[in-house]
Amino acid sequence: MSLPTASLGKDLVGLEDLSAEQILAILDTAEPFKEISERRIKKVPVLRGKTIVNLFFEASTRTRISFEFAEKRLSADSVNISAAVSSVSKGETLVDTARNLEAMRIDMVVMRHGASGAAQFLADRIPSNVVNAGDGRHEHPTQGLLDLLTIRDHVGKIDGLKVCIIGDILHSRVARSNIYGLLTLGAEVAVCGPPTLLPLCADEFGVEVFTRVEEAIEWAEVLNVLRLQLERMEGGYVPSLREYNRIWGVTNERLAAAKRDLLILHPGPMNRGVEIDSDVADGEHSVILDQVTNGVAVRMAVLYLLAGGQPESAEAAKQGHGA
Amino acid sequence: MGQADVRSEIARLAREIVERSEGAGLVLMGVHRRGTDIAGMLQDEIRALADISIPTGSIDITLYRDDLGAIGPRPVIGETVLPSGGIDDQEVVLVDDVIYTGRTIRAALNELSDWGRPRRIRLCVLVDRGGRELPVQPDMIGKKVDVLEGQYIEVLVEDLDGRLAVDLIQVGSHS
Repeated sequence: MSLPTASLGKDLVGLEDLSAEQILAILDTAEPFKEISERRIKKVPVLRGKTIVNLFFEASTRTRISFEFAEKRLSADSVNISAAVSSVSKGETLVDTARNLEAMRIDMVVMRHGASGAAQFLADRIPSNVVNAGDGRHEHPTQGLLDLLTIRDHVGKIDGLKVCIIGDILHSRVARSNIYGLLTLGAEVAVCGPPTLLPLCADEFGVEVFTRVEEAIEWAEVLNVLRLQLERMEGGYVPSLREYNRIWGVTNERLAAAKRDLLILHPGPMNRGVEIDSDVADGEHSVILDQVTNGVAVRMAVLYLLAGGQPESAEAAKQGHGA
Repeated sequence: MGQADVRSEIARLAREIVERSEGAGLVLMGVHRRGTDIAGMLQDEIRALADISIPTGSIDITLYRDDLGAIGPRPVIGETVLPSGGIDDQEVVLVDDVIYTGRTIRAALNELSDWGRPRRIRLCVLVDRGGRELPVQPDMIGKKVDVLEGQYIEVLVEDLDGRLAVDLIQVGSHS
């Protein structure tokens, strides 16, 4: 009896290179994993004996804890390393850090790093599986996947759906992973934000571009509201938080003008009263906490599928190609 | 075994389950996937026989397998469905279509113990084909079959395969 195998390969670096079959395989695998988190004993032995290192060079609470829960519920042994307290602060390079971890016989690395491309760089150089937990402005694939799963849960489909991502698109790896994943699954995608925070050639992604939030709300069926990183204000991208809220904020008044109810997503952490108003964030169409719940299931699915192992690619990386 | 034979084996197993039960708290747990179908048929038989409806659930052991590293992950993981009353302090009858090495049942027993603490677990299988690799033996057996090298047992159920039968298949033959 052969069941379909939609292999992910050795690593999950981004959604850009995944096929629709691969993305759907992850989402479908996440479904039964949701149920494990509802059990009294929230643990299955599937990754027993696997050692996973959570290597976080940037601050993260939600993503790190979500990965940690996913690892523990699959019975993996995990270790957290944050850059501030590691030898990275003593000047060690990324590859040396990883090689030292390898020397302790680990199986997987979950990494967040401030440099775009860091995940691919690492994946090419170590035989362990690498899961990108966010690299610079590049991608944050598990966030993209949990957004896809949440949308599919609530709307029932993704194909043909109109999804608008609002906010700081320019600096956002969440936006990028969402755009790739949504387009691959056949959604129509738009981005909306201040022109200073939109990529110059946003339309080259194959997405609509709105500069007025009212137009975006008029067009969309789903809104994914991104966090406005407060340091953007210092960088001169937006004049003030109050003005950002007045012009770009997702408010009940603006949503009331839409001809249908919009599903509201936000990757967190929220700035209430800046990019999203409290009554929207806590409103009946907000699925923000469902995203958090789904995050654990999606990460369990990714770890489970990668754990199958791809001896060939692992072997290639072990030879240190490119190092 | 054709449909009529399989039906009569299931009827006999249903009687045996009822006779050996200690009264209250009987629960059937089918092993995903064909064990679940057999458990459903047993439930129907017991309803016809004794006019009682036995709570029936389903257990998927994919995540409890001991050979993930060898076979790779399976994206299709079935859902485990417990009967509404749970399995704590119940008399659970674990139902599977075929018992071979015993590894599936080992996995199912581990999973059941993660779900709760049944008062007793019995094992009921439609076919015992021998070849055990673990000390796991069924309490109730439909049919014992000697399977030679190069042969395997195929259990077909109506929901998945369109007909009910147990076939002994020669590897490489296209019947």
